[in-house]
Amino acid sequence: MASRPRTLYEKIWDTHVVETRDDGTALIYIDRHLVHEVTSPQAFEALRVSNRPVRRPDLTLAVPDHNLPTTARTDAAGNRLPIADPQSAAQLAALEANAPAFGIRYIGATDASQGIVHVVGPEQGFSLPGATIVCGDSHTAAHGGVGALAFGIGTSEVEHVLATQTLLLRKSKTMEVRVEGDLGPGVTAKDLILHIVGVVGTAGGTGHVIEYRGPVFETMSVEGRLTVCNMSIEAGARAGLIAPDDRTFAYLKGRPLAPSGADWDRAVAWWRSLPTDEGAQFDKSVVIDATAIEPTVSWGTSPEDVVPIGGSVPAPESFADPSKQDAARRSLAYMGLEPGQRMTDVSIENVFIGSCTNSRIEDLRAAAEVLRGRRKAAGVKWAIVVPGSGLVKAQAEAEGLDKVFIDAGLEWREPGCSACLGMNPDKVPPGERCASTSNRNFVGRQGPGSRTHLVSPAMAAAAAVTGRLTDVRELVKQPA
Amino acid sequence: MEPLREVEGRAIPYGAKNVDTDVIIPAHWLKTITREGLGRGAFETVRTQPGNVFDDPDFAGAPILIAGDNFGCGSSREHAAWALLDMGVRAVVAPSFSDIFASNAFKNGVLTVELPQEQVDRLLEVARDHPVSIDLESQTVTTPFQDRFAFDIDPFRKHCLLEGLDEVGLTMARDAAIGHYEARQAREMPWLVTGTEKAA
Repeated sequence: MASRPRTLYEKIWDTHVVETRDDGTALIYIDRHLVHEVTSPQAFEALRVSNRPVRRPDLTLAVPDHNLPTTARTDAAGNRLPIADPQSAAQLAALEANAPAFGIRYIGATDASQGIVHVVGPEQGFSLPGATIVCGDSHTAAHGGVGALAFGIGTSEVEHVLATQTLLLRKSKTMEVRVEGDLGPGVTAKDLILHIVGVVGTAGGTGHVIEYRGPVFETMSVEGRLTVCNMSIEAGARAGLIAPDDRTFAYLKGRPLAPSGADWDRAVAWWRSLPTDEGAQFDKSVVIDATAIEPTVSWGTSPEDVVPIGGSVPAPESFADPSKQDAARRSLAYMGLEPGQRMTDVSIENVFIGSCTNSRIEDLRAAAEVLRGRRKAAGVKWAIVVPGSGLVKAQAEAEGLDKVFIDAGLEWREPGCSACLGMNPDKVPPGERCASTSNRNFVGRQGPGSRTHLVSPAMAAAAAVTGRLTDVRELVKQPA
Repeated sequence: MEPLREVEGRAIPYGAKNVDTDVIIPAHWLKTITREGLGRGAFETVRTQPGNVFDDPDFAGAPILIAGDNFGCGSSREHAAWALLDMGVRAVVAPSFSDIFASNAFKNGVLTVELPQEQVDRLLEVARDHPVSIDLESQTVTTPFQDRFAFDIDPFRKHCLLEGLDEVGLTMARDAAIGHYEARQAREMPWLVTGTEKAA
């Protein structure tokens, strides 16, 4: 066993096998389970009907995020404000009741550390290297940024994990995304992952767990790594991983739910043994040249539909696959774009800075850096900044970033999923465009008829200033 | 879960590629706390287009959906499987499925059948006017025209579907093995529980 070199994924998998079955599936132990209001009510109801308890409430953490409005949650006297939409209110109330009923730790809507589950997990030190982490949300892949095997599950699996703390799984294939060279100035982790999704395609990683490798990740912040791993699902991979290192350990040390003292030291010693062994084999390998990546934007209705900001809307005929040609035609009709149109000529009316992909402090700093001393363009009707958690919000306010946003004409909101997914009041109106730091540009994703252009936080800020998709590197050259 | 042995009847000839779960069931339908009634929201954006297959009376209540490559990509929402079930769909045939969707479908007794693109193309053609039949026991898809396509399925999933087994119940029967693992983990990797214990 010890003689064969193993990948990071294989090491985490091997450590978590409860038992292997004759048919090749394995019962895998789950170390951490994040729960939110949208995909859990039916799971709790099923437990109740069968009179089953939650096996490990201590390994479970519940946070509302998806349909919580991002406007003020309490009035001046500190009383909670009602939620206007009755369905959202019922779903949020269900989580608030289910968590204590099943003994689960709950960070509520007005708690100072409430936020998007995928921001809260690492921030609380709940997400740890080498751990198996699940959540009823496909962007759970994000936690791979701290070296955890983390993936999204459906509600039946949520029920399965609540009841048994395990999942019955078949081992995935492994895919290496090897990034050579460094990113240029103004090119961020978001641009890198958008570019990678463009190269791999939305189904390229299906059946695989991706490991992102290369020197660029060694110098990348943990926030950036979380952004990269977050969008693994956009390349079809249920999970993405980056090997944990000293940066990871420094990020996690002292967090509320992280181990401490002798347990911390023991943990670090094991975490150091996790990186992929020299000579380990991947089932698939993709090589990316980081030096060739520009700030990247999406043009279509699939996250694989990306071009450099200096590029143009592609012609459907430029794709070899006839079905992709059809898809591109439909995308362009939906997006209201013409082949050959330069991306920098695309005007936008809305800007969204937030989501589990890009709402951490580093993202807000990058956006504020561009907006400092500038104003949003007259054509930009709606521009909001939604911090990923209450702790991010407090940190940003301590740094005065909220003032920068407000002075630039953007709204500063309460933490939540917001305009990423059209489930709460934050929506992009039909037919309008949004420069968005979120992860999906699907038809109707930000609201019926909404047109999404996926970008980095700095690029979203640049678009807010000019009212069109803009190369942030050009903008920051000019004095504010 | 209701046992599933065969699915026979009209098959909705949809065929589009990379259909994401936002298309199968848009987010605003996700604010429910039950599993029922989602069929009304299924393929809502597709249904705004005149002449779409989902509103064709010929396919009302059809138990089979024929789809394109990478069906069910994107969000992990199980509501996509519930919406199909609520429409009356018990089997989806496509060249490939996203991992999470295939798992969600299985857990709700919806059979996902992977066939090569040319066989899916043939079924799309036949389904326009004729029924399609899927037999899980023999792992075959047949048409009234002597087409007979064999498919692979995970033996465990096949067994569960045929018997209508509840996976949670099956795993709970492995309580001793799980307890044994937990005891070992507490000894060898205590840091996995000490952090969450101290704050509980």
